[in-house]
Amino acid sequence: MAKRVGMEVSQAIGEATKLADVDVVAAYPITPQTHIVEHLAELVADGELDAAYIPVESEHSAMSACLGASAVGARAFTASAGQGLELMHEVLYIAASMRLPIVMTVANRALSSPLSVWGDHSDAMAVRDTGWIQIFTENGQEVFDNVLCSFRIGEDQRVLLPVMVHLDGFHLSHMIEPILLPEQSEVDQFLPPYNYPLPLDPERPVTMGAFAPPIIYSETKKAQEVNLAAAKEVVIECWDEFAGIFGRHYSPVESYRSEQAKVLLLTMGSFSETAMATIDKMREDGQDVGLVRLRLWRPFPTKELRRAVKNAETLIVFDRALSFGGQVGPVCSEVRSTLYTEEKKPKVISIVGGLGGRDVTVAGFEEIINRGIEIAQKGSEQEFEIFGVRE
Amino acid sequence: MAVKSESEVTWKDLEIGSIVAEPGSADQYPTGGWRSQKPVFDNTKCNKCGLCYIYCPEGCIEQQEDGLFEANLFYCKGCGICAEECPKDVITMVEEEE
Repeated sequence: MAKRVGMEVSQAIGEATKLADVDVVAAYPITPQTHIVEHLAELVADGELDAAYIPVESEHSAMSACLGASAVGARAFTASAGQGLELMHEVLYIAASMRLPIVMTVANRALSSPLSVWGDHSDAMAVRDTGWIQIFTENGQEVFDNVLCSFRIGEDQRVLLPVMVHLDGFHLSHMIEPILLPEQSEVDQFLPPYNYPLPLDPERPVTMGAFAPPIIYSETKKAQEVNLAAAKEVVIECWDEFAGIFGRHYSPVESYRSEQAKVLLLTMGSFSETAMATIDKMREDGQDVGLVRLRLWRPFPTKELRRAVKNAETLIVFDRALSFGGQVGPVCSEVRSTLYTEEKKPKVISIVGGLGGRDVTVAGFEEIINRGIEIAQKGSEQEFEIFGVRE
Repeated sequence: MAVKSESEVTWKDLEIGSIVAEPGSADQYPTGGWRSQKPVFDNTKCNKCGLCYIYCPEGCIEQQEDGLFEANLFYCKGCGICAEECPKDVITMVEEEE
């Protein structure tokens, strides 16, 4: 039987990692990720988790150490945020290209400068194209569940890819929430041992990450892209089986009171729960609005998103990051691209907000939705607007 | 393992993560294809000192049974270091013809 325990979400990630029985944790502390790796250090030091804990000198080394550990067949975990995620940037591509199923939680944080330790999705957007499977979460239980799912998805022999679980810095990482902690036996039933098919092994030598001249590089990238796209079905299958064992179900795109709604708001991450409260209020007021939440960010759930928004007239996409010099917010850009080829599609409006930890309240989302409706009807002088910015 | 030439390999033929699963397979890679000049040996001048063999960065100069040296053109990239270092001017770099 699962126990319901109040704990900080960062601590819950440590507990999930312990239940997944990881072999190697290599990490460098950075706000707001610090409590995750501190708790794991405690679990290892106290003998509760039999793992090698490598206190590396930088995030670049953290990811490199995870890469080596995963390559010899060890289950590897790390966590990062903001500038730290940027420092490990080049190694992220290598982990994905070598197809090593490392799991990393990212306590999403704004990027400098000016220095901000607070949350937004700038760091996540900067690593969008690294080839990792990427999942966004809305509350502590979702983070906990998806850490377990990530090991299983990544290590699936059809996938063999690293997985990033995004959780909003502070808004999630530092919240104390009730978490249902499953029994070890339940986790063992769900998560089979890691078995990399071609590990580094002196008895059977292999070369990983070798040199590829122009005549072969395109083929390696095509193979990687096909593999990541195909991983979507395994993610869905994993979430279905997770629901069968633990009773909580996840989908690539999740809708909230969106059936036949003319106006939809699209969000990612923990702000979605605030937006749900807004939808409830506006529905009570008789407004025809609904919410769509993007959970699976990579591989992008193209088909599922098209289905989720096809009946709407207006789709307001809320981004917590800027794409400097681009047209609209980064998520909105992808949503527009997804819908461009559709015959029947909503008008897609881009609103950016929640930058560098600024809160968006229930009333705030109501303002965003109403402004989105206004832009859809009357247009705007700007391609996108930043909510709440002082002019 | 039957090895396809690079120009025949499709993305479906690649191992997971493009791993090279066959140890020592680099010796099947014809780095000689990179060459624009080849070393030509005038063995009438050679005193068999072996400096060409020592300096070759590819390790592709081999001593024959008669003690003279020869470059393995499957690997030789045509860098010309052997020709530069040879104290007897045995080696001349000659343009590869089409």
